[in-house]
Amino acid sequence: MAWQWFHRLGSPKWFYEKTNAWMPWLLSISLLIIVSGSIWALGFAPLDSKQGNSYRIMYLHVPASIVAMAAYYVMAIAGAIGLIWKMKLSYMVMKVAAPIGAVLTAMALFTGAVWGKPTWGTYWVWDARLTSVLILLFLYLGVIALQEAFREQEVADKASAILSLVGTVNIPIIYKSVDWWFTLHQPASIKMTSSSIAPEMLYPLLGMITGFYILFTWALLASTRSEILQREMKTKWVKQALLEKV
Amino acid sequence: MPMHPVRKQRLMIVLFIVVFASLAIGLMAFALRENINLFYPPSKLVNGEAPEGVNIRAGGCVVPGSVERSKTDLAVRFAITDGNAALNVQYTGILPDLFSEGEAAVVNGQLQNGVFMAEQVLAKHDENYTPVEVAEAMADASAKTGTSHQASCAGMDLSGNKTY
Repeated sequence: MAWQWFHRLGSPKWFYEKTNAWMPWLLSISLLIIVSGSIWALGFAPLDSKQGNSYRIMYLHVPASIVAMAAYYVMAIAGAIGLIWKMKLSYMVMKVAAPIGAVLTAMALFTGAVWGKPTWGTYWVWDARLTSVLILLFLYLGVIALQEAFREQEVADKASAILSLVGTVNIPIIYKSVDWWFTLHQPASIKMTSSSIAPEMLYPLLGMITGFYILFTWALLASTRSEILQREMKTKWVKQALLEKV
Repeated sequence: MPMHPVRKQRLMIVLFIVVFASLAIGLMAFALRENINLFYPPSKLVNGEAPEGVNIRAGGCVVPGSVERSKTDLAVRFAITDGNAALNVQYTGILPDLFSEGEAAVVNGQLQNGVFMAEQVLAKHDENYTPVEVAEAMADASAKTGTSHQASCAGMDLSGNKTY
């Protein structure tokens, strides 16, 4: 009986109905946190003694980067569950995580370039951190491409799941790259137990990270829901659910 | 309730994929470890462990008091250190805003007769973020006690712990 809840979770219908009520909450809470966090970060957090105003780009750069990496684990674990339990819903989560992760990674790379020019003096260097994040973007694009490459959804899901699993090794590499190799990118400011950011600059950053996580959760659930409707189009309950909306 | 044997087998395959891929890429990174480093630390260049006359990068802390600017053009000379050895750098051009003594810099260019002729200088900022008021208060406090806060390469973690 221990596995029963797990199999129920795998039912697209159950998932669709269960998450229905959460959606507006997740979206409004995340937007509220992100908007107030941005006002705090841009208007009230103090100037940095060395970087002046240009450090403020980190309020987008850091949350985008952290959630881009977390999204990869979501994609890979969903892929693994899909492979092991042949769970369709899990494959759907894997599929929709890829474009969201790709957007977050692109955002991390873009904000990083914008930050790099005034501080380092260059938009881009091929150091271990920047290159491994670029590889992360390519992994996401690879999963998106694999999803489109097969006529049969089951084959596409299996191939994407295997690529996702192979790519997981890149996440600890990204995280530790600044410690393992000489890089232009600075080491992590926020560690498990300590931070090298002054508290009045750190709190809005933690807020933005939380906001990005919730917004990611919303985006993931919203696109999983639309993927469910698409894949289960021919079932009775989807037809009924759509009729109720009209 | 135990896991279904078929699923258990598939779980093993999944674990195998992850472990095998990690091992393969880990070995690759280990084989390429020197090439993944963006720059050489000054001690390697001073010891002659880097090639002369080809484009390489060096990185370290700009030695306080070593920056000499030309009065007539944009030429500048400075030394970078990793705590073990110092390397003299020559450069002509505009330095990035964050370039300063006691801060890290990465230079791109060629080593010629023990002097690094840089074509590009990048500033490597650290992971510390301090409000202006706090930094000024710290500078005031260290000025009173006679220790200089800014001009120090202490705490530069470049002393070769990443060279295997």
